[in-house]
Amino acid sequence: MAIIEVVDLVKRYDRKVAVDGVSFTVDEGEIFGILGPNGAGKTTTVECVEGLRSPDGGTIRVDGLDPQRDRVKLRTRLGVQLQQSELPDRIRVGEALDLYASFYRDSADWRELLARLDLADRVRTEYRKLSGGQKQRVSIALALIGKPKVAVLDELTTGLDPQARRDTWSLVEQIRDSGVTVVLVTHFMEEAERLCDRIALIDAGRLVAVDSPAGLVSRVDGEQRVRFRPATPFDVALLEELPEVSKVEEHGPQLVVTGTGNLLHAVTSMLARNHVVAADLRIEQAGLDDAFIRLTGRTFTE
Amino acid sequence: MLKIVNTEWKLFLREPSMVVFAILFPTILLLVLGAIPALRTPDPQFGNLRFIDAYVSTLVVIALAFLGLNKLPATVATYREKGVLRRFSTTPVHPARLLIAQVVVNVIAGATSLVLLMLVCRLVFDIDLPHHPVGFLVTCLLGMLSLSALGLLIAAWAPNARSAGGWATVVFMLVMFFGGAYLPRFLMPEFLIRVGEYLPPGVEALQESWLGVAPDPVQVGVPALITLVAGTVAAKSFRWE
Ligand SMILES: Nc1ncnc2c1ncn2[C@@H]1O[C@H](COP(=O)(O)OP(=O)(O)O)[C@@H](O)[C@H]1O
Ligand SMILES: [Mg+2]
Repeated sequence: MAIIEVVDLVKRYDRKVAVDGVSFTVDEGEIFGILGPNGAGKTTTVECVEGLRSPDGGTIRVDGLDPQRDRVKLRTRLGVQLQQSELPDRIRVGEALDLYASFYRDSADWRELLARLDLADRVRTEYRKLSGGQKQRVSIALALIGKPKVAVLDELTTGLDPQARRDTWSLVEQIRDSGVTVVLVTHFMEEAERLCDRIALIDAGRLVAVDSPAGLVSRVDGEQRVRFRPATPFDVALLEELPEVSKVEEHGPQLVVTGTGNLLHAVTSMLARNHVVAADLRIEQAGLDDAFIRLTGRTFTE
Repeated sequence: MLKIVNTEWKLFLREPSMVVFAILFPTILLLVLGAIPALRTPDPQFGNLRFIDAYVSTLVVIALAFLGLNKLPATVATYREKGVLRRFSTTPVHPARLLIAQVVVNVIAGATSLVLLMLVCRLVFDIDLPHHPVGFLVTCLLGMLSLSALGLLIAAWAPNARSAGGWATVVFMLVMFFGGAYLPRFLMPEFLIRVGEYLPPGVEALQESWLGVAPDPVQVGVPALITLVAGTVAAKSFRWE
């Protein structure tokens, strides 16, 4: 069942169109990803959903509410972790949680929440003394303090080191498992691929596709890549002549051969016929980044 | 609301520079000036008053001006820049509450500062407690509110924390000058004294209600009007992000 419905959303800043006719639905209980390069319009989209910005066109429903008209009601059902939002330097973690808990008629037990987020020993620590990962976890705690049905998390792991990032990922899964629908905004392919049940791919303000990670990848399926370093120079045209091969690229000493069918066999037997030894040979299946290139016609630049 | 005020008050107390300037500085200045014999000798030139007697209202101005035109715009502009206000607007509580809490904290901090000042005046320098307590209370309150409203207006209009600080400093200097913080008021030309009487927080009304008689209603009315106008304009034009 859909808990968020966005239809033909349009948002302009002055004359620049930041979001251009985006539609998608988010189902109850899923982790829904909004993935796209920087400046694609992800944050603008979710800020319209949160009621922080008023759309220039289209309709939005969150749990049946219009974010502009039912702003107050929406606030109790939607928890938000903003892309850029800090707390006062000297506020202690426990004080912040206690304060924000007082804003809701029915709030979560903040001590339990902090324990779940592995912050129990930071209750008396001032905000400015927290690490980046801890600050993000405090942000998550504040997004969950009002017992929301939906949590919107915007660029949750940007600026975190790989370990903190992975820890945060398992937290997001825990949130979903506790029954909260999660909208995860990110520009990390890997994050979306790893966490999301479904992904809306956004590029330059437009929706490119909505599908599961596997579904997106399957759109370029059958396509594989073989990488290797030829030990002796040879005529690349020989590769291009093979029916299985669609593209050959040279990356320094490395060759990247893209194609379908039994690509590996075709390439290796051709090399054997010509007495070329292939070093560091590797085969790669298509991933989300290939899907992005295929769907938008350009590479995903972070 | 009480919880927001309480939290903001705690945050205020954790900033040492704020506490020193807003709460302790006027009293420290009084102690320093009072240590100079010439400044605590009655001068027949101004009706047998001592310099420190004539200076008490200026000390009040310093405390109130610092809170209203320094602490408040700096805090509010920083809250906007860091997204603290924005995070508030994702909750059921409107971020305006946070601004109101700042003004309330200012009133509490101002009261604390003045109680300390009055105590030292009375106990160390034998300066009377305010002669007209109600007038003094009203004048102080309106003084604090009018300067806070001006501080909010600056925070509302300044594009960022740095320019808020810059603009606020200009107004702060003016208020301090006309309040007699740099040049004692009795040394000022008549015309400057007259201007100062009507500028917030109303230095003449403070002086009168402390050591003279009831404050002039017009001199109290002007800060009240400024509170109303600046407060309304700030509320209507405030940028939340
Ligand atoms: N407040 C704003 N004023 C003007 N332009 C903005 C504003 N916020 C974002 N933009 C522009 O809108 C586009 C989309 O931005 P945003 O939604 O933040 O993208 P994303 O979150 O995908 O990185 C960008 O080109 C950005 O420069
Ligand atoms: Mg963004």
